[in-house]
Amino acid sequence: MRHRYIAVKIDSEHEIEGRDLLNAVSDSLFKIFGEYGASLAELTPIDYDPRTNCAVFRCAHKALEMAKASIIAVREINRKKAAAQIIYVSGTLKALRKRLTS
Amino acid sequence: MKKFVDLNLRLPIAKHEVRRAEELIKRSAELGYSSIGVPITTEADQSEIQDLERICNENKLDLIKRGDLKPKNVRDLLSSLRSLRRKREVIAVYCNSKSIARQAARDHRVDLISFSSADPRRRFFDSAEAELASKTSSALEIDMAPLIMLDGFPRARLISRIRREVTIAKKLNVPIVMSSGTADKYLLRKPQDYVALAYLFDLDHQTALKALSEAPLKIVERNREKLSPNYVAPGVYIVRRGRDCHGV
Repeated sequence: MRHRYIAVKIDSEHEIEGRDLLNAVSDSLFKIFGEYGASLAELTPIDYDPRTNCAVFRCAHKALEMAKASIIAVREINRKKAAAQIIYVSGTLKALRKRLTS
Repeated sequence: MKKFVDLNLRLPIAKHEVRRAEELIKRSAELGYSSIGVPITTEADQSEIQDLERICNENKLDLIKRGDLKPKNVRDLLSSLRSLRRKREVIAVYCNSKSIARQAARDHRVDLISFSSADPRRRFFDSAEAELASKTSSALEIDMAPLIMLDGFPRARLISRIRREVTIAKKLNVPIVMSSGTADKYLLRKPQDYVALAYLFDLDHQTALKALSEAPLKIVERNREKLSPNYVAPGVYIVRRGRDCHGV
């Protein structure tokens, strides 16, 4: 099974916890694509840094577009206004981290 | 590098809201836009517009003055077009009825045809509308904010309606323009993110990119050319004036 790794930046005036971010993204995925879509996307949180508000998600290669659309459609996290932007998408975690640190 | 345009950033332009406008303009620049279209009402005074221009210049953004028309009937549309066309760089018409939509599509002075996002039954973009629009090069405008803002069945209905419109527009070569359509910084997204979101209504990557860059830029360039004092008619321009003309 091939995967894609998605680096995401969260913009919010409030502090965001990793669990709340995951809830917001999976909520968005369920709302837009339903349970079947969520099963195809296999969206998994890999990493979240609350200092930089950057997160990394993994998804199935074939469901990348679904995962991206779900992340972008996030408009609030834990009932607080927020926006998620995709910074980078990579085929390997190593390449993604290299890109994020450069 | 591609230039991205957000043709419908709903900036507050009143003097007391300059701070908020500045914040939104900065945000647009950070997100990677090079031009923003701002709806400017007929009541807006020159100093407010100049303030906006100054803030945009400071953030290296090109300000496009847009006129939004919400006519009650066809006659109202025609009179608004007569008064506003020479004052704004882009004219968008919000079509609340089929007759207004048809007139907007067949009128050369209209650049963008917009429909209600709240009520998909009031979206009148069908094959007949597209055929008229393709002859006048009016574009179909899709506001992206409602796709993020709405939830559940209303969003599903809107997506389904936009998907149908996009299929018709592509079939009949009607340009598509995607814009944010919001005044909330948390609903603004990067151009590449809008391209990813366009997956929801089956708009392919290339057409989605075009809808945020080439298509709006083409409209703006065409209209700026027409609004320039050297423009006489299509293909006819004044190249020299006054004394320069001796011996030509």
